[in-house]
Order: sequence, then C-alpha cells, then structure tokens
Amino acid sequence: MPREVVDLPYQVHYLSILDEDGNLLDEDLEPDIPEERLLRLHRVMLQARRFDERMLQLQRQGRIGTFAPVKGQEAAQMGIVAPLRDSDWMVPSFREQAASLWRGQSMESFLLVYGGFYQGNEIPEGTRNLPVAVPVGTQPLHAVGLAYGIKYRGEDDLVVTFFGDGATSEGDFHEALNYAGVWKTPTIFVCQNNQWAISVPRSEQTSSKTLAQKALGQGVPALQVDGNDILAVYAAAEEAAERARAGDGPTMIECITYRLSMHTTADDPKRYRDEDEVEKWEKREPLPRFQTYLKKKGLLSDEDIAQTEEEIKAEIQEAVDAAEKRMKELEGEELTMFDHMYAEMPPYLKEQREELADELGAKEGSDG
Amino acid sequence: MAKMTMVDALNTALHEEMERDESVVVLGEDVAVDGGVFRVTEGLLEKYGEARVMDTPLAEAGIVGTSIGMAISGLRPVAEIQFSGFSYLAFQQLEAHAARMRWRSRGAYTVPMVLRTPYSGGVRALEHHSESREAYWAHTPGLKMVIPSTPRNARALLLSAIRDPDPVIFYEPKSVYRAFREEVPEEEETWPLGKAEIVREGSDITMISYGAMMRPTLEAAERLQEEDGVEAEVIDILTISPLDHETFVQSVKKTGRVVLVHEAPRSFGPGAEIVARLVEKAFWYLEAPIRRVTGYDVVIPLFAYEKAYLPSADRVLGATRETLEIES
Repeated sequence: MPREVVDLPYQVHYLSILDEDGNLLDEDLEPDIPEERLLRLHRVMLQARRFDERMLQLQRQGRIGTFAPVKGQEAAQMGIVAPLRDSDWMVPSFREQAASLWRGQSMESFLLVYGGFYQGNEIPEGTRNLPVAVPVGTQPLHAVGLAYGIKYRGEDDLVVTFFGDGATSEGDFHEALNYAGVWKTPTIFVCQNNQWAISVPRSEQTSSKTLAQKALGQGVPALQVDGNDILAVYAAAEEAAERARAGDGPTMIECITYRLSMHTTADDPKRYRDEDEVEKWEKREPLPRFQTYLKKKGLLSDEDIAQTEEEIKAEIQEAVDAAEKRMKELEGEELTMFDHMYAEMPPYLKEQREELADELGAKEGSDG
Repeated sequence: MAKMTMVDALNTALHEEMERDESVVVLGEDVAVDGGVFRVTEGLLEKYGEARVMDTPLAEAGIVGTSIGMAISGLRPVAEIQFSGFSYLAFQQLEAHAARMRWRSRGAYTVPMVLRTPYSGGVRALEHHSESREAYWAHTPGLKMVIPSTPRNARALLLSAIRDPDPVIFYEPKSVYRAFREEVPEEEETWPLGKAEIVREGSDITMISYGAMMRPTLEAAERLQEEDGVEAEVIDILTISPLDHETFVQSVKKTGRVVLVHEAPRSFGPGAEIVARLVEKAFWYLEAPIRRVTGYDVVIPLFAYEKAYLPSADRVLGATRETLEIES
C-alpha cells in the first residue's frame, strides 16, 4: 500500500465514574477504596476547602501574602495521591495544597511560606514532597530524574508530578515526557487542566483536542478523566501506579477540572471570564458530588458533616494561631537568609552576613 | 606518574570516580557509545554499562532537569552539555532549581551534580562553539563555577567537583584539551574548590587568570623575566565562584600592581569582580591602575579573526609592561 494509516499504539480514553449529582455512572468502574480511606478523603477535602477560604480571608486582611487558591481542584489532587505510598515522591507545582495536606504537610507550614517565611519550607524528616516550584512546567523534569534514581536502585516506588494546562505549552514539559518515555521511568504526570492559565483560556493555549494526547507524541500512554470526580481520578491513579511499579513506565493523566477561584490572590478573574461559566462549573464541583456518594453509601450523614466542619474550623484556628505566633518569633531572624546557600558558607558570604548582622545590631540598639 | 592531555586526565577522573562510587552516573548527548565528541567520556559505557552512562535525547534542559531529580534522589550525576554555547537552554533549570533547591528546602534536598561543558575559543569552530560565559554561572548564588587550566588540576578538580555537596558548573578549556601533556600523579589527587593557586612566585607584579588564558599569561610572565628581569607572581583562580580573594589580595599587598587576563567579554566579566575585591581589600597597596586584558564586548568572531579577539601573550606582555612603567 503506497499510503495507509499508521497504527499508533495509544488512544486517549475519557473516564468518569460519578455523575454531576454524585450517582455512580457504572458500578463496575467503582474503585475499591476502604471505608476509612473514603472518610479520610472527605475530611481532608473539606479541610482543604475551608483552609483555602481562610487563607483568602487572611490574605485580604494583609496577614499573609500572595498564594494560589485550590478551590475546585481538590479531587484532581487528592484522587491522585490517595492510592500512593508515603515512600513515593510528590513533585508539585504551586497550587497543590489539597494533595500536600493529604500527604501530611501542616497548615501552619503553608501559612508561614505565604506569610513570607521560608521556614515553612522546612521538610519534615521522612517526607518525600519537593517544595513548591513556581516557574511553570519546569518541575516535571525533576520527577523524571527522581524516578530514574528509584529505577536505578531497583526500588518500586514512583514519582507523581503536578502541573497545569498552561504548563503543557512549555518546552521542559515535553522534554520531561520524552525522557520518561525513553527511560521508562516510574513517573505519573498529572495535568490539572483547570481551563485557565491566568487569563488565557484552554482553547487559546493549544489547538490540540486534548492535553493528554501530547503525551502520546512522546510514546507515553495517557488518559483523560473527570477531574472533579474523585473516584475517576483515584481509579486512573491506581492504574498508572500499577504500570509504574510493574516497570512499564510513565503515564499522563489529564484531569478536566476548573479553577473556581482566582489564579492567585493578585488576580481578578472578572476581567477575562464570564460568571456564567463559573456558575456552570460550580454545579460540577467535587465536594458535594463526593458527599452525595458517601451519603448514598451510608458512610456519611449531614450530622457527620456538621461535626467535621466544627472540628476543621477549630484545627484551622489552631494552625493560624500557631503560625502567627511562630511568625512573631521568627521576626528578627533575617540572618538565616545566608543559611543553606551552600553546604559550607564561603568566606565572602560570611563577610556579607557580618555586614548585615552589624546593621541589624545597630538598628536594635537605636530602637532600644 | 603518567604524562596526559587534559582529555586523558578528565577521562581518568571519571573512570576513578565511577569505580569508587556507584552513585556516580554520566549523562549527555553522545557521551556513551561515541564517548563524547571530545572523547572525554570514552570507555565509560563499556565499563559501567548503560544504566550509569546514558546517551540522552537532544534536550539540554532535560539533561540538567533530570540530573537535578537524580541528585535529589541520591545519585551523583555528571552531566555533559556538548558545548557551553548550548547550555542556555538549561539556564532556567540551573538558576531556578539546581542553585536553589538546598535553600528552598532549608537544607533537606540537595543537588550534588556536576555540569561539565567545554568553553573557550581558539579551535577554529563554528558560531556558539567558542564563547566564555562563566560570569552567568558565577553570578548565580548557590552554584559553584570551576575552570581548570592543566591536565593535572583538571583531574584533581573534577574529582572534587563530583564529591562536592553542591552543584558545580565545570568549564573545560577546549583549546587546552589536547594542547599539551603534563605529569598527572598515579595516585588519586583532589584539589579543594574555592582555592586559587599561586603558580609562579614573584614580587614585582601580580598576574591573575584562569582556564585557557593561563598559557598566554604564563608565557608573558616568563618573557618578562627573560627580557626585562621582572618577577611576576601568577595566580590561577581555578574556582571562579566561590571566589578565593585571599590569595590575590595577599599577593597584591606584596606587588602593588595587577594585570587580569580572561577571554570572556570585559564588561561585568569575572575580572570586574576581582577588581572590585582588590579595591575593597587592597586599595591602599595599589601602586598603579589595575589593567584588564580580556575579550572584547563583542560576539567572538568566526575563526578568521579569532586570534585578534583572544588575549595573546604579546597583548598580556604589553599591558603588563605598561602597568609596570606607571610611577606610583
């Protein structure tokens, strides 16, 4: 045949398990999640939502600085990390508060970082979460390198990395997929397609029909899921994790979701998108859908939810109090800016540190 | 003792360190089967296998970005960018992540990687194959920037760079790669990073250089002695960052006169930082203005005019004589 269709190895599947009202679309697809884990997922999802609201309030009051709210994307994050192990690595972008809370990061640490104190980035012993990466699309390469290290040592852990729809236009993202494909690393690439890269809509980001298919070009299998359906996200992550641990290499998961809030607190989405669109997506948002599902399963009641809300409220207040106390204590610790630049501080850096120490000392003196 | 070229010496260092430490891996374009376009990585694939010696896809940000991840995971990647003129594709990875991961994670995650890459002119190459942009990396807090000048120090510094707990940009002067042979000790030898070397003692003037420019600088110093009876002290910086100013400050306190030589463009080049430190720390000892003999602030020309761009022994000698003639 002089001209024929090339048979490409992968297609893009779209997976959804819960409908917009929280009903199972297909009972056979329902992932087998232990009850205890389902309830913890609900609890952390609710916590992520309320914490997000509280952070926004604190930001508006000037008590913390700029941050990127997670509202609406909780399922797309937690469904991914829930089936993973603590010994797996997570390589986040800058909006993964829900995934990070699931993996044990404290609310206090977020408040410190967004309050301007890098001490919030201190990594608790034994956790395997890289700190937030701000330059868009650069961190998936780290996930591939980490996964190479795991493979090199013959371990069966994996690495998950998060990024957004905008990141799929970045060169480093494509390089990461390509390297992962060639090296067959145990990496899960998770695109949270929240439809907006600040003010640029998904339709203007790329002319490709799905973002998932970008992985196919690098020989990496990919699927699309309803990112506001935690069961679909969970099922996709389990499948990708199984492939990774079996030595069959990377997977990309495109979670179709929506950024219900602003890009960051410095942004006003009313300048570029219609409220109608936001309202449409509010109907599909992940929290009530998951709650309905749990209620139908008989695992959750309105009373339970009310009680959990109360507990979370108190926990958040505790975290805010602790963070504000710590921030007070850390005022005056400016000299720590010289720490951790190198394993050993070079002599000229010691001189610069002395310079600042003298200045701060003098200031202290004049205040006193 | 064996007489080696710099290529042999670097290759020896890589063999030694891969033999000693299983966490060392080598990656880059054409480094495995082909042994590197300059043959610096020759024989590594055969000896250590494809899990440790990797021909990567042609993507520089990928080479560096994956090396960062490998380093965090506990490996010691030695990445090669084929020519430093192509390293800018990885600039973001180096500046935003390699240099900052220790700081950002408050010491929890570190990036003990080496980025080896050839720099320098004088080999009749194409555009983008001859430049000297060490200042970019030296200007980035969190990176170390090392440039050897001879086979012996290249081997010793590469071993130290691989063992260093921080990311090291290791520029290899390709005009020195096969230019001459030097005795390299049989037994393992490491040199500390962040330490300059006095390669020739003298009390009349201090000549400071590094990398490929050490040869014209040393030649000028020899001719000064033979023709003028002047004893120049010659300092090889070796580590551009963290810069060891103590060595040259002490020398200038003795000589009072300074000539600086590098082939990187003059403005904002490493020489500018050296001058600034001398002004801060040895100003009252200076007997004449400090003279910079450097590349010009232009794109290094294609090879027909390259000679006129690169500092030569004659140019260094001329500048040194002029500096010596100034009355204090």
